[in-house]
Amino acid sequence: MEYVMPILMGSVLLYGLMRKVAVFDAFVAGAKEGMKILYDIAPTLIALIVGVSMLKSSGVMGAFCELLSPLCEKIGFPKELLPMTLLRPVSGGSSTALLSDVLKNYGPDSFIGRCASVIAGSTETTFYAISVYFSAVNIKKIRHTLFASLMADFTAAVLGVLSVNLFFSQ
Amino acid sequence: MINLAKGGTMLSYIFTFMVGVSVVFSLIFGSGDDLSRSITEGCGDAVELIITMSAMMCLWSGVMNVAKVSGLTEKISKLCAPILSFIFKDVDKNSKAFSYISMNVSANLLGLGNAATVLGIKAMKELAQDVRGNVASDSMVTFVVLNTASLQLLPTTIAAMRASYGSDSPFDIIFCVWFTSIIALMVGLSVNKIFMKTGSKKWNM
Repeated sequence: MEYVMPILMGSVLLYGLMRKVAVFDAFVAGAKEGMKILYDIAPTLIALIVGVSMLKSSGVMGAFCELLSPLCEKIGFPKELLPMTLLRPVSGGSSTALLSDVLKNYGPDSFIGRCASVIAGSTETTFYAISVYFSAVNIKKIRHTLFASLMADFTAAVLGVLSVNLFFSQ
Repeated sequence: MINLAKGGTMLSYIFTFMVGVSVVFSLIFGSGDDLSRSITEGCGDAVELIITMSAMMCLWSGVMNVAKVSGLTEKISKLCAPILSFIFKDVDKNSKAFSYISMNVSANLLGLGNAATVLGIKAMKELAQDVRGNVASDSMVTFVVLNTASLQLLPTTIAAMRASYGSDSPFDIIFCVWFTSIIALMVGLSVNKIFMKTGSKKWNM
């Protein structure tokens, strides 16, 4: 698995060179784009990481998790992941701030850290996607779109935890 | 995929809620100095995260741009065509709508979020030509459900975050991510199919 990164990088670059693409120029142009994305998201991320940090220190987050922990225990879902998972379909920025909080506190290679990464990596900002695409064509009645999408998000939350249990022997 | 700039007005409520609730609770519990410290610490954490993940974000944006410029997007969209024509039975394989749909999917797979959104809107506009009124057609619903699932092959933002918090192998979650996203997508599409077959008129929202 540690070969995923280098092999992918190598094969993309080699493919580009074989297609006679100015590989390095394309790389630099793309990397600049990446820097621009980071520049655009930085203010959002700062605001929301501060928000999450405040929620935690005030004790609200802990109280919320405790409140829902009996339910979590019943279905075998780690309560530490609950805030992130619930906000994921609503706000990409907030759930990223919560993911970074989980990674910081439990470590990226811990069970909780891995589950959080998998859930974040296999879901999208559902409400945003729905509103962008339907408002672009003035559709008001979206029928079962939201229900089907949220069922997919729910599945991802459950399987995120199960798959980490399955693929990693803790 | 995570697109952090998403949210718009929703974030006004979320941010205000986060700060407001924290202030009220800490007034009740008298944890004022903790709250003040959390603001300073949060700022520090945020900047540290942004700086440590910046290099890896740039690196992958660069590599993915090489893939895009070399025509890998078109190649992937050709590979996806059989699966997509199975999912979108109502859409003609040679239509503009179909080609936008497959370009959107391959841009998503490569993690080119902005390009994917633009192509997706074009696909929706093509699909809207067959629709009268403001009710979504079957293929529109299917297309949006597909886009609310994560199709990205490499979760680069998450890997960058994992790396910045000192992960030994930031991409080691990749099989779990593939497994989870594929099954989640299949669940979403199956639910969609069931609603389409049974006639979802009473579920109209």
